[in-house]
Amino acid sequence: MSAQSLPHIAATQRRLFKINPVYLLVVALILAIVVMNPAFGEPTGYMNYLKRVTALAILSGGALYVIVSGGFDLSVGSMMTLTVIGSSMLASNDPNSTYWIIPLMLGMGLIVGLINGLVVSYLKVPSLIATLGMMITLNGVAFMWSGGAPRGYLPDTFRFFGRYNITDIPVISLLPVAVICLVVFGVILWWGMHRTNFGRMLHAVGDNQQAARLAGVPVERVRISAFVISSLTAVLAGVILGGRAGVSVNIGSGFELQAITAAVIGGAQLLGGRGSVPATIAGALALEAIFTLLNLLGLAQPVRLVVQGLILIGAVAFATYQRKRAGR
Amino acid sequence: MPADERRQAAISGRLREEWENLTREEDVKKIILAAAAFGMLTGAAFSQAPNFDDPAEFAKQRDQLTAAFNGPADKPYLQYAGDSMADTSKFKKEGPWTVCFSNAGVNNPWRVVGYTDMTEEVKLHPEIGTFTHVDAEGSDDKQIADIDDLLAGGNCSVLIVSPNSTAALTPAVEKACAAGLPVIVFDRGVTTNCPVTFVHPVGGYGFGIQAAEHIISNVPAGGKVLMLRILPGVDVLETRASGARNMFKEAGLAVLGEEFTDGDNAKTKSIVEDYLQRGAIDAVWMDAGATAVAAVEAFEDQGVDVPVVTGEDQQDYLQKWRDLGFKGIAPTYPTYQWRTAIIAAVNTLKGEQVPSPEWVLPQPAITQDVLDKYINEKMPPLHYAMCGCEDMPNYPQAWGGTK
Repeated sequence: MSAQSLPHIAATQRRLFKINPVYLLVVALILAIVVMNPAFGEPTGYMNYLKRVTALAILSGGALYVIVSGGFDLSVGSMMTLTVIGSSMLASNDPNSTYWIIPLMLGMGLIVGLINGLVVSYLKVPSLIATLGMMITLNGVAFMWSGGAPRGYLPDTFRFFGRYNITDIPVISLLPVAVICLVVFGVILWWGMHRTNFGRMLHAVGDNQQAARLAGVPVERVRISAFVISSLTAVLAGVILGGRAGVSVNIGSGFELQAITAAVIGGAQLLGGRGSVPATIAGALALEAIFTLLNLLGLAQPVRLVVQGLILIGAVAFATYQRKRAGR
Repeated sequence: MPADERRQAAISGRLREEWENLTREEDVKKIILAAAAFGMLTGAAFSQAPNFDDPAEFAKQRDQLTAAFNGPADKPYLQYAGDSMADTSKFKKEGPWTVCFSNAGVNNPWRVVGYTDMTEEVKLHPEIGTFTHVDAEGSDDKQIADIDDLLAGGNCSVLIVSPNSTAALTPAVEKACAAGLPVIVFDRGVTTNCPVTFVHPVGGYGFGIQAAEHIISNVPAGGKVLMLRILPGVDVLETRASGARNMFKEAGLAVLGEEFTDGDNAKTKSIVEDYLQRGAIDAVWMDAGATAVAAVEAFEDQGVDVPVVTGEDQQDYLQKWRDLGFKGIAPTYPTYQWRTAIIAAVNTLKGEQVPSPEWVLPQPAITQDVLDKYINEKMPPLHYAMCGCEDMPNYPQAWGGTK
């Protein structure tokens, strides 16, 4: 009996030791923010922060699918742009339009993801190039569609997801709809990656494509699915970001790299085969917390950029070091 | 006119640069990098380069804001400051003309509205046989090549240039002048006096002054002002900011901070939210209006009363201002200057007199009492209301509006 329980305790201890450093980073950053600014501990403080991070967190979770499968998706930022611009063009101030616009945009995301996946899988174009091309194309489509300037507003029903707060809730007093979206989509993405056979195949493909193929994994289908999931989350992130901030021509640009950064801070391996959805979401939280903390410190913007860059490099270097030491 | 003064006025067009346009410009990237390095070394905010804080130019533009302009009051695109005119009889030519236009880019909503003003103005002049537009897509190199191509083609009766950047395009403009072509420059300027005229509104200091004066008169002494800017290092955005900063100091207002938004709504909203968490804000000063609505929403979503928030003449801001009833003001950088450029070209080819060496257009601010006049809910959110285009035959459809 005791012989059996001993390894169990050892395993627990090992697991504790192996805790992903990104969680410690998030906790440390948030504690620092609270010390700097006690108002952050109030619901408006931390809920605003969560609301702000939702678009990036969902996007990173989706981008992680592609990263784990051994690819990159650079088209997600422009997919967000297209979602926001396209929705504003189609909505023409009609509050009832939201119910068909969001499904339509998801349909567009599906097609874009399919094209990305097909090009990468069958035309053997490296994903970096294929999705870079898609990024430029989608930006062009958004520009053509709008003629260079947004031509409509997003109705309040559309902005509901990114902007609206549910108030009068006990204990937390207010709950942004965006935070509900974060939890719901976070759980779905976690489940897909870590609790399904598809998730295991995804890891297998990213780790060693040949081995996965020989083991009977439908490599092409898995990779295409990863790109589709990534594009779909980009549409969702676009809906939330557009809801939060409103229409602008360049909305979403730069998010593709932030999403990859969040995944890497969360310990994902850039060449595929390893990555965790919760840790990636924590990576997004850490990224936003760094921005917030530096804002609060009141440093001049150039200093902030330098510090931000150094923290990012440091965080990834530290995470890599930790993993090596932990023998993973 | 002193070269400095002319240059200062010339760069006023640069304020139009949205960040996405600017980041494409190598030189601006260098400026940002240099500024970042400088900031790191000193650990301080950007210190002001003296040419961005020129008291003489500041005073001149302040006077021009309220000065009387020549020309019909209901047609601001025909008005001009001063009496200095150029004789263009040597350029007189029988129609039909080929009007050539080398454009820095059509890459932000302001330029989209302006370019529409221009193409609609062309339609009003039957003497213009051909209107040739070449788009430099925000690149100095492409624009220099474009102008070379236009000159080599030999078809142009007149050349209109909206330079991508001042220094880089000056030689190209000089070359066109040397080829004997009448040249009209507008928006951003060049550092040569060879063009027939340089069309532009009052300028960057003027914009900063209008917004700052409104804040000063609506906020008690000691009030806290947050300054939101698009980017550092761009001359005309710097002049807007330096003008306002000096005025706040004089009036005894405290500047909470100067933050750069990259013209990004989400970032703007986050910055204002963060400042709100740290304490009250009595006014938000903006160097351009594109993200003004996001700043207003930050207050709205926190359930805080919206204080004085300045903006620009975009429809979305004007409507938000009316709907929420906060104390707004919309200084403008009027898009009607795009019309004026065509008018200057037409007058030149007719041999008529043209205000020169500069055609300084009025730069009105939209204030509470005239707000309703400029709101048109049928126009797109980023339509710039000060377009001087309401009297044109294809208004509003050509600008994306509905009747």
